[in-house]
Amino acid sequence: MLRFLIRRIALGLVTLLLLTVIVFALSNVIPGDVGRQILGPFAPQESVDELNQRLGTDQPLYTQYFNRMADYARGDLGESYASREPVSKLIGESFWASAKLALLALLVTIPLAVIAGVYAALKRGSIFDRVIVTLSLAGSSLPEFVTATFIIVTLGVSLSIFPVLARPPDGADPLTQLYYLAMPIMALVIVYFGYIARMARAGVVAALEADYTRTAVMKGLKRGVVIRRHVLRNALLPTISVVATQTGYLFGGLLAVELIFNYNGLGRLLVTAARDKDLPLLSAGVLVIGIVYMIATLLADVLISILNPRVRLGEDG
Amino acid sequence: MSAVDPTAFEPPAPLEDAGAAADRRSARREKLRLFVRNPSAIIGGAILIFWIICAIFGDVIAPYSPFATDFDGHVPPGGTNILGTDQLGRDVLSRVIIGSRDVLIAAPICAIIGVGLGTLLGMLMGYYRGWLDDTLGRVIEAFLALPVPLVALLALAALGSSTTTVVLTVGIFFTPIVARTVRAAVLAERENDYVQAAKLRGENGLYIMFREILPNITGPIVVEFTVRIGYAVFTIAFLSFLGVGIQPPTPDWGLMVSEEYALIIGGYWWVTVFPALAIASLVIAVNLVADAMQEVNER
Repeated sequence: MLRFLIRRIALGLVTLLLLTVIVFALSNVIPGDVGRQILGPFAPQESVDELNQRLGTDQPLYTQYFNRMADYARGDLGESYASREPVSKLIGESFWASAKLALLALLVTIPLAVIAGVYAALKRGSIFDRVIVTLSLAGSSLPEFVTATFIIVTLGVSLSIFPVLARPPDGADPLTQLYYLAMPIMALVIVYFGYIARMARAGVVAALEADYTRTAVMKGLKRGVVIRRHVLRNALLPTISVVATQTGYLFGGLLAVELIFNYNGLGRLLVTAARDKDLPLLSAGVLVIGIVYMIATLLADVLISILNPRVRLGEDG
Repeated sequence: MSAVDPTAFEPPAPLEDAGAAADRRSARREKLRLFVRNPSAIIGGAILIFWIICAIFGDVIAPYSPFATDFDGHVPPGGTNILGTDQLGRDVLSRVIIGSRDVLIAAPICAIIGVGLGTLLGMLMGYYRGWLDDTLGRVIEAFLALPVPLVALLALAALGSSTTTVVLTVGIFFTPIVARTVRAAVLAERENDYVQAAKLRGENGLYIMFREILPNITGPIVVEFTVRIGYAVFTIAFLSFLGVGIQPPTPDWGLMVSEEYALIIGGYWWVTVFPALAIASLVIAVNLVADAMQEVNER
């Protein structure tokens, strides 16, 4: 177990290193002249030079990269070009707002999707199964902003059930906050329901057809026992990975949902940063989301290895 | 092609014999027959053809110019403007019809770039294994930590937004995902006798990859290609919506939603809902076709 953990974390660190190189390459190498890209073609050369000096982008690339990493390691994420505020402050404030939205969405999605997926697999071929399969295909293939638009038009405007802007009044109690967040949460749930339900269904279908299940049935175990002890334990392992992957991707979906519902989170912050060409803020934000994804998948791998000894004892772990 | 094939014991011919080619052709025809009878393929295909017709003959079909601001702003649907008009008085129906053009050109190009580069990388990784596979595998792992719309957002902020940069960016960011799929397919093939035979014959790596392995993994590659087109439609619309994709005044669906979603509260739902429905129908159609292909392929 310890060997598996060490190996997994070491590989994770290598990936993290590569991730920083990718983000650095995108934000500092592609534009060529970073200052020029930010200020546009008509800015005077002096302003461009000054900005490059302030951002440190007048130095050789490897110096820039190492300086940047040294700053990051000290918790200094640089300064936003647009607002001149520290990036760490801007990201810190909005990150938790986004995390709240994402966690609430996952809290609703995971039980709903797993139950629906498992039930669909057990009733394979029934109308319920077909409805779930179709809904999850449609839900997860649509961009979040399309789903969000439909939700606003129907529940927000036509039926006026929920407030259209996800901005609860200051000091609102949790229930009121939830009421204001209901539509953005719904938009996220519809998308992530599909991925998780399909994975749960596929896992259960495969497990039901597996030899160990047949053995369990043949030795006379009750159906309920077979499903709980043999089918579900094996079937839901891949679902854990999907949940982790989707946790990272949820932040991608937040870009659109926060924008459409005017929610002050990381997603909206980064879209604004992209429009302003605020590369220091945007690249740090992208890195943060990448790290969230990596932590989520790391936790999932550890959880799976605890539940499934085959993974941690296998030769190539 | 099968294990009991008597010709398998003879020295392998450098090019495949006529029998194997005929087998492959008839297998392909059988797949096509199953595909055109698949209900998902029929529904998805019909919607797809509808949008392709709109993209090609849009100028003839659309009742008005998508750019002309000839009407009053925010005329509700019905009457002369079947789907109403937008804030500037442009006909929504015409804009939705012409709006299919950019995305239907851009999405397949993204998929071609992603699948082309991804297949090349995936084959190299799966065939040579070793340090090349390990190194590229780590890089791919790092790319997968970032959702495509998010890295694309960063790349477009750094590159500047235009239809060309959007297509290149999305296509390139699809590469790692495709490479992983193709690598897995190559790994499943590389231990087969025909690969060993080609090696013993002294064929070089490139020949084996492209002439021996590639024809045997076209199935998963074609499925991946269709799936990528679906994701490309998704991502292009998404980036336009975020304001870093296709730029105004092009009648693009994602852009149309982004221009007026804030006015839904005012009751002007038609300007956003119709392009949103168009995106939904196209994405679902491509996914239905991809699903049908996968089903036929796995049979």
